[in-house]
Amino acid sequence: MSERTISTFDVKRLEILNTRGQIDEGAMPKLDDEALVRLYELMALSRSFDLRAVALQREGRLGTYAPILGQEASQVGSAFALAKGDWVFPSFRESGVYATLDYPLDLLYRYWAGDERGLVSPGDINMAPACVAVATQIPQAVGAAMAMRYRKESAAAVTYFGDGATSKGDFHEGLNIAGAFKLPVVFICQNNQWAISMSRDRQSAAATIAQKALAYGFPGIQVDGNDIFAVYAATLEALERARSGGGPTLIECHSYRMGHHTTSDDAGRYRDAAQLEAWKARDPIDRLGLFLTERKLLTKELREEIALRCDARIDEAVRRAEAADSPGPQELFASTYAQPTPRQERQLRSHTNAGL
Amino acid sequence: MPVCNIVQAINLALKEEMARDESVVLLGEDIGLDGGVFRVTDGLLEAYGPERVVDMPLAESGIVGTAIGMALYGLRPVAEIQFMGFMYSAFDQIVSHAARLRNRSRGRFSCPLVIRTPYGAGIKAPELHEESAEAYFCHTPGLKVVVPSGPRNAKGLLVSAMRDPDPVIFLEPTRLYRLIKEEVPEGEYSIPLGQARLARQGESVTVVAWGSMLERALAALSDYDADIIDLQTLSPFDEETLLASARKTGRVVIVEEAPKTGGFGAELAATVAEEAMLHLRAPILRVSGYDVPVPFAKLVDDFLPDADRIRRAVDESMRY
Repeated sequence: MSERTISTFDVKRLEILNTRGQIDEGAMPKLDDEALVRLYELMALSRSFDLRAVALQREGRLGTYAPILGQEASQVGSAFALAKGDWVFPSFRESGVYATLDYPLDLLYRYWAGDERGLVSPGDINMAPACVAVATQIPQAVGAAMAMRYRKESAAAVTYFGDGATSKGDFHEGLNIAGAFKLPVVFICQNNQWAISMSRDRQSAAATIAQKALAYGFPGIQVDGNDIFAVYAATLEALERARSGGGPTLIECHSYRMGHHTTSDDAGRYRDAAQLEAWKARDPIDRLGLFLTERKLLTKELREEIALRCDARIDEAVRRAEAADSPGPQELFASTYAQPTPRQERQLRSHTNAGL
Repeated sequence: MPVCNIVQAINLALKEEMARDESVVLLGEDIGLDGGVFRVTDGLLEAYGPERVVDMPLAESGIVGTAIGMALYGLRPVAEIQFMGFMYSAFDQIVSHAARLRNRSRGRFSCPLVIRTPYGAGIKAPELHEESAEAYFCHTPGLKVVVPSGPRNAKGLLVSAMRDPDPVIFLEPTRLYRLIKEEVPEGEYSIPLGQARLARQGESVTVVAWGSMLERALAALSDYDADIIDLQTLSPFDEETLLASARKTGRVVIVEEAPKTGGFGAELAATVAEEAMLHLRAPILRVSGYDVPVPFAKLVDDFLPDADRIRRAVDESMRY
């Protein structure tokens, strides 16, 4: 009896844009000048949204909020690769995905301010509501992919989740089903290295998250999650493979959560400030800014113009969100079922009458 | 006696019981380095080390399953589930195993674990952070369900839960975590499970509440002549205290924050109807949350029973 190797695996990492703003020309995806500047503006907009959300929470104008600071390239780069018929199953930390899909930002503020109506995505945006129960959206994306195949549609389902989600059963069940049926799904793990206080290396003994796909029989790749070109290129390739019958892909965007877990958290209790400093040098927006400046696509004037435009959009979104009517008690009962139950109708009547 | 809030009282119970019994271990998400998202386990990692205060990966089913294995082996695990809405992903382990291990092994094995979790609405947190799902667990034979309403009984009940031979779901009223302060005995102090407490004595009407709603009921009914019963343990609940009061007053109002239909209040009402119907002078009334998922922050105050709803129900009962 002797042992022999029956299978070997390796895990690839994709990097295209380095911290000095230089690119690997051979790996660079096709993006015209307009798209390049657009990517920059979407990241800037996502950051403006995010910083304002934290500020509004501190002023008591928003509820608990989950910041994306540092993850803009992972979110914008991946969402930018989506096509019209694709579907998104997000977690709850996806402001950059929403901004890229042109989700009305006033609605997103309303969601975080505790108004359910903020989750009503416009009809032309194929996105499931924000998912708070970690990892539970993952098998649902798999189901949508199965439905796409059943309907013979050339589209893909994309689901977003964090490194913490990969510890949950739903992640493994979803990946296994997708692999077994070779379904058109792209699993995007934003590995921001923290599940509240649990660091990535304590979360799992696996060296990478990407390699978890290999166990389920399909490709997994790690990309520099702060490199928008790498994120975009990997997502585009995965989507094309999915739509053409090549099956699922897991993309691990290796990034860092620069903010607290949420505005209710104090990351200072459990992580080293030096680590944060090191990641500041890898900022995804600065990096693209350097590249665009070098290419003469981004001047000081344009940078300021973009900053002003983002601020104005955020101002307007906040204004609209705060000007919206508060939900009335009928909203409590409006959507539990297609038709309220007789008992719900009595409860609403009794509630409203008492308020008079 | 130190004056504590509920967070501090639970911390005290855990700390003292860990000192008394080396088989007590804690496991959960963010309970060590971070001291728990509500700081309930603050300082315990430093005091007892990472083998007894275990920061677990993000996996509620895994956490409860691990705790069951520990309990089967002879430890006394206390698992923290960060919010009650995250219990749903551990439901299979709780219902299929924790609740049945003794029964399935005909008593060879038991499952002396505690699952602590903050429950209840009114803290303006995101979805699934404000659930009040006690009825699911009360409907599961083999589980005990305990709900403290203040610092003092939080400590006394948790100590009993940790020493109980069977699995206990221990629901901590999040809204009250830091709202109520009172003297809490240090050292040996426990309150038996299965016993209600008369929070206020009166003659005209019986009001039953638990956890977060007890505070609401007490405040709403300060000028009413009511027996206010703090149920403390929902499963098994103290029928004797409830029925004695119902027979005395002839009027029963149940206050719960969970949705009305199939809520635990229905079990209490049915028991009163079965056992004390002929003593009643008014229909048994329930003040509850509505039959909807717990709404987000902007509507949560409409959802939760408030003083007005509680008084209206009691007034209605008194009209008969």
